[in-house]
Amino acid sequence: MTTLDEGVAATPEDLEHADNDQHPVGHGRMLRKEDPRFIRGMGKYVDDLQLKGMLHLAILRSPVAHATIVSIDTTAAQAHPKVKAVITGADLAAQGLAWMPTLSNDVQAVLATDKVRFQGQEVAFVVAEDRYSARDALELIDVEYDILPPVVDVRTALAPDAPVIRTDLEGKTDNHCFDWETGDKAATDAVFARADVVVTEDIVYPRVHPAPMETCGCVADYERVSGQLTLWTTSQAPHAHRTVYALVSGLPEHKIRVIAPDIGGGFGNKVPIYPGYVCAIVASLVIGKPVKWMEDRSENLVSTGFARDYVMRGEIAATKEGKILAIRTHVIADHGAFNGTAAPVKYPAGFFGVFTGSYDLEAAYCSMTAVYTNKAPGGVAYACSFRITEAVYLVERIVDCLAYDLDMDPVELRRKNLIQPEQFPYTSKTGWVYDSGEYERALDLALEMAGYDELRAEQAEKRERGELMGIGVAFFTEAVGAGPRKDMDILGLGMADGSELRIHPTGKAVLRVSCMSQGQGHETTFAQIVAEEIGIPPADIQVINGDTDQTPFGLGTYGSRSTPVSGAAAALVSRKVRDKAQIIASGMLEVSVADLEWQKGSFAVKGDPSRSVTIQDIAMRAHGAGDLPDGVEGGLEAQICYNPENLTYPFGAYICVVDIDPGTAAVKVRRFIAVDDCGTRINPMIIEGQVHGGLTDGVGMALMEMIAFDDEGNCLGGSLMDYLIPTALEVPHWETGHTVTPSPHHPIGAKGVGESATVGSQRAIVNAVVDALKPFGIRHADMPLTPSRVWDAMQGRPTPPI
Amino acid sequence: MQVPAPFEYERATSVDNAIDLLERLGDEARLIAGGHSLLPMMKLRLANLEYVIDINDLHNELGYVRVGTDEVRIGAMTRHRELLESPELAALFPIFADAEQVIADPIVRNRGTIGGSLCQADPSEDLTAVCTTLDASCVIRGRGGERVVTMAEFHRGPYETAVEHGEILTEIRIPVRPHGSSAYAKVERRAGDWAVTSAGAAVWMDGDVITGARVGLAAVGPNTTGIPAISEALQAQAPSEELYARAGAIAAESCSPVTDNRGTADYKRHLADELTRRTLRLSVERIQAGVAGDQGRNG
Repeated sequence: MTTLDEGVAATPEDLEHADNDQHPVGHGRMLRKEDPRFIRGMGKYVDDLQLKGMLHLAILRSPVAHATIVSIDTTAAQAHPKVKAVITGADLAAQGLAWMPTLSNDVQAVLATDKVRFQGQEVAFVVAEDRYSARDALELIDVEYDILPPVVDVRTALAPDAPVIRTDLEGKTDNHCFDWETGDKAATDAVFARADVVVTEDIVYPRVHPAPMETCGCVADYERVSGQLTLWTTSQAPHAHRTVYALVSGLPEHKIRVIAPDIGGGFGNKVPIYPGYVCAIVASLVIGKPVKWMEDRSENLVSTGFARDYVMRGEIAATKEGKILAIRTHVIADHGAFNGTAAPVKYPAGFFGVFTGSYDLEAAYCSMTAVYTNKAPGGVAYACSFRITEAVYLVERIVDCLAYDLDMDPVELRRKNLIQPEQFPYTSKTGWVYDSGEYERALDLALEMAGYDELRAEQAEKRERGELMGIGVAFFTEAVGAGPRKDMDILGLGMADGSELRIHPTGKAVLRVSCMSQGQGHETTFAQIVAEEIGIPPADIQVINGDTDQTPFGLGTYGSRSTPVSGAAAALVSRKVRDKAQIIASGMLEVSVADLEWQKGSFAVKGDPSRSVTIQDIAMRAHGAGDLPDGVEGGLEAQICYNPENLTYPFGAYICVVDIDPGTAAVKVRRFIAVDDCGTRINPMIIEGQVHGGLTDGVGMALMEMIAFDDEGNCLGGSLMDYLIPTALEVPHWETGHTVTPSPHHPIGAKGVGESATVGSQRAIVNAVVDALKPFGIRHADMPLTPSRVWDAMQGRPTPPI
Repeated sequence: MQVPAPFEYERATSVDNAIDLLERLGDEARLIAGGHSLLPMMKLRLANLEYVIDINDLHNELGYVRVGTDEVRIGAMTRHRELLESPELAALFPIFADAEQVIADPIVRNRGTIGGSLCQADPSEDLTAVCTTLDASCVIRGRGGERVVTMAEFHRGPYETAVEHGEILTEIRIPVRPHGSSAYAKVERRAGDWAVTSAGAAVWMDGDVITGARVGLAAVGPNTTGIPAISEALQAQAPSEELYARAGAIAAESCSPVTDNRGTADYKRHLADELTRRTLRLSVERIQAGVAGDQGRNG
């Protein structure tokens, strides 16, 4: 049995002895309700769907990064006996459907009409009787391209002689996408001018890809008689997608039903609307039959939403004693051929503005220039909380560079500068209001779990012997749960979430939420949130998500927003139902409402606990015969829409230990200690799973993952043989712990944890590798730290990856 | 889902039947063994074939490790997993287990075969380097009978071998010499990845003196032919760090790597040196510890 005390504020976790098979009526460890179907292979994904008469769609993609389309000959493909339709950009243009809006108010070609702008761009599609024939017919389409020089290097994309990519935009004469700034430039410059120490470092966060196990796809089914379109789709945001489809296609919103069935991983990859979805809808409209489109692995890696791709110049100003005064940065952001970033409208750089990290500064300033290049569009994804992983990477790397220059221990330097508990709520120099935090407590726990002083002693001994051991420290603050509707919207849609709870007569319940699980375990967590509030066991609560006809409106699951936003909605709707239940109970027990006391699962008369009614009794009464108190309607249900008052700010302290083989430069992650604080913990097992996944992501990005391009703009990461994802063999036994600092404004104090580990882990690993290379005089080396790139650093020539 | 272009499928019942099918079906027919190289190429439509001749039923006929008095014979359909788990190979040639532990992953090792690996002739492929190191020879059978070629003759270059159309590789023969051992080392970006660079070494000794040494490299040039200059440099020498360093330097000079996503040419050249030294050192240590070599056969 477990000896874990989940309530203790600072706790190392002993997962090997944790008993997860518990049955709490509320928060606590329990096995996931959805797992029996997943582990038996009984999940129902989009590609499992088979409809009568269903046709298959395949997309012809551009083999080159930049070219004018001279001609497209579809004659041979049309003649294929199993082909039902071949559609080109010209066909769509005739219907006004060749272009669609992106989530950043740019436009993106559904099918290319004038020219192709990245390798893998959609050029034409085929609909055929089976997926094999559809693929075969693609090879029968003859496209003549007039190759143009591509824009590959983000640093020279704005050069006067650079070819202009977005010739579709009227009057566009360069590849400029947008400029953005935050913070106070003058104040920051002034602080830099008087600082004892200024450290500057160029830091690249290369392009990576979320690479979910399930690729993107959909089945579109348009019924001509009813005018009803049903779209089964890999969507992290079904409601937002439906509204966008309605606005773009002209189909009325009530005639569109978007269903996201089980989703095999999202990580942000399934937030955007991709041309393939639109093609499938068009095909079903034209042909009048259900049409399935599923990407293959290469299509997913080459064409869908990437992540990162920031070239950052980081500058930090400090006193010689190590008091950090200011951070300044300029970022060149590669947005690919179309600006498809999914972020709230007023935040074109996502939440990169939190680059001041966990430190109390005097000033901060960031300027950003975003450019178009001949690469796939996107820029949302990979568990980054809207670019916070880039921001935290910048600050945690530059702080380590400062520690290097000051010859100061990185823990000591951080400790001198962390925001103190009494400073919360803390308004950062870029205007973010951190809700709560007790940073040093988390740092201390991590240091204790790691045995930090012993590790440093071991490192000193090993350095004497010429062995390369590194210790990396990182502290991060996340900003999740977008967001308050006064500040945040996507394409004009406010980021509030609805929730509806209905108690059936027998006391079982159904909760309908607007967010959408991609594997996070919502069916369990949300049942537990309701159980905690209303005392019905999680097993008796069905959680429905992903179907726009079955759930209230809300913006979906990304940016770790499910628990902060939809979770709050679930808690509050439960309380609303409980309030009604209390009135009904007062009638049943013939006492006033004020004389009732809530004990989880029942109302009892104060001072006479023998007189009580359970929530199940109340549910039957609500639906049954007999009078209810005056003015009370029958039934026991409620609906709310929750508008968060602020973001929530989870945080954590991570320590990584690496060993580098001096002969081969291969990095081995020996230990990794992760202390997370996500506020109130609903299901510790699910939190641990989320953390483990994010830490593994971090190993991937730090050591091996990168979507690279050659000089012609060819994507070099088009398969999982080229784009490497870590396996169990590359990751250590995760040593995790937690502290609990509840959010003051969230109904249950929960902060969200889905992306914390992805936001915190790479920098700890990179910091460890760089620390190991200290004997070589290395202050910074960029990801991915493959053996070859580490060896370059050991030769004194660390090289940016792009 | 990636799907291949249309193709016809035949299932061979014997080696002779496979040869008949190859002759009958012509140039657009290919044998498929484990399929872990050919199938992805077909799905990516890099290889478009009219016929696939499945030889997996020949595992009964060609799946074996037979230890003779002066050579070991390995059937071409012997799977990676069988090579990894073979006690005979572990006793005679520890290089096999060294290499097989780092070839792909268990799923691939359950299906992939030594014959398929050698015939694919990927320049980064590990077993070609192992067989080169061990001075193996290959038995190729066609309608006209069998011929036996050395690894140098077999491996003509990237994706090109001495196996002609209408022929099939049936067996790999490895000479057994007393007082020897071997080792393999690979640097990869991630478990299961192709080698950034690999090196294999085999050493034979008489007392304190090296009587023979061979080194084979993978992923550092168009082919992985052994390096005779190393064999010459080590002949009749007593093992020492200086000697390994000299061999490593020859390895680095002898290879011709290119820069790619896996690493720079300079780094790969460095690895050729480093891994040559490591595998020679480990081979000698194994001999001195009596771990392997010919003990399995004599004991």
